[in-house]
Amino acid sequence: MGVIDQLNMDSLFGEVQRMDKRQFLYQVLSFGMIVSSALMIWKGLMVVTGSESPIVVVLSGSMEPAFHRGDLLFLTNYRDEPVRVGEIVVFKVEGRDIPIVHRVIKLHEKNNGTLKFLTKGDNNSVDDRGLYAPGQLWLTKNDIVGRAQGVLPYVGMITIYMNEYPNFKDAIIMSMLSKVQFRISLKFAYLRRYLFDKACL
Amino acid sequence: MHTVLTRGNAILAYSLSVLACLTFACFLSTVFLDYRTNAKLNSVKVLVKNVADYSASREKHDLGFITFDLHTDLTSLFNWNVKELFLYLTAEYQTENNELNQVVLWDKILLRGENAVLDFKNMNTKYYFWDDGNGLKGHKNVTLTLSWNIIPNAGLLPRIFAIGEHSFKFPDSYTVTPV
Repeated sequence: MGVIDQLNMDSLFGEVQRMDKRQFLYQVLSFGMIVSSALMIWKGLMVVTGSESPIVVVLSGSMEPAFHRGDLLFLTNYRDEPVRVGEIVVFKVEGRDIPIVHRVIKLHEKNNGTLKFLTKGDNNSVDDRGLYAPGQLWLTKNDIVGRAQGVLPYVGMITIYMNEYPNFKDAIIMSMLSKVQFRISLKFAYLRRYLFDKACL
Repeated sequence: MHTVLTRGNAILAYSLSVLACLTFACFLSTVFLDYRTNAKLNSVKVLVKNVADYSASREKHDLGFITFDLHTDLTSLFNWNVKELFLYLTAEYQTENNELNQVVLWDKILLRGENAVLDFKNMNTKYYFWDDGNGLKGHKNVTLTLSWNIIPNAGLLPRIFAIGEHSFKFPDSYTVTPV
């Protein structure tokens, strides 16, 4: 039914016009609830995991066959947990917007705790020195966004589609909006029918 | 009320929640399993050279050459929630410069269904064994370990050390002839 509402825009806006002030306010508030609870979950995860982006979507095939495009990765980034070889880290490189998910293959740690390491994608034939900033030979702890702790396949395809097809994104937002709308209009429809039946009897 | 769209919507929502439950059950069924097993490692040829590392700083660094034997049976590690094992052979050692050095010398991707009985003799390494300085010549204790990173269909990504490691020494002089 949510889909119908969204296809039939006239009826949707017609419904908005027919609502009184309280109903309209209720609509706005419930949509605000959805947005703010999503934000709260995201920020809460940031606190719990210590990572600035606790869930990332794999965008490239450089870690195949372990991770494919559209897989969801769950990250943590605890400062006192040591980085070790074999770990899959997500890191940022200066001059690149999108973080990279690759495996640590070489690591040197000094007595004072300073750390430098080199990464490589499982599906790439060479290490990542060509991907780093010009002149950069090693990554350090500050470059890490998170370390991969868990994986969930396919779910990230939704966000990939949303970024590639803006229409799809609009459709999702509209259906979210109309879902809120639909729930309320359904309640009133039931009430109306109930009252109508009563009146007929 | 019961249009094609409402029914489709209901079926989609229901099947999605069933899929989510099944995925979670699949994760739960394998999360507490013990993924350790034995591996026999041995180093055969061990050399060290002192050459310029043109891929990095261009300074002269120690470059180790080793060949190794590996025998292990990983068949027991696979189950319905193990999509892939990422095997890697690590050399771990301590130098004056660094308290900890870890270098991956060799790795292998093992998918479920492939032959998981590995028996390599006098195998060459896949990656260069560069030290971060000149700490390999005459080094008394370099430890080789085999580890694997379990890649599930859905779930955690544990890294497991094999039971059984091997330590070896580097010779006290550089090899100057080409290998």
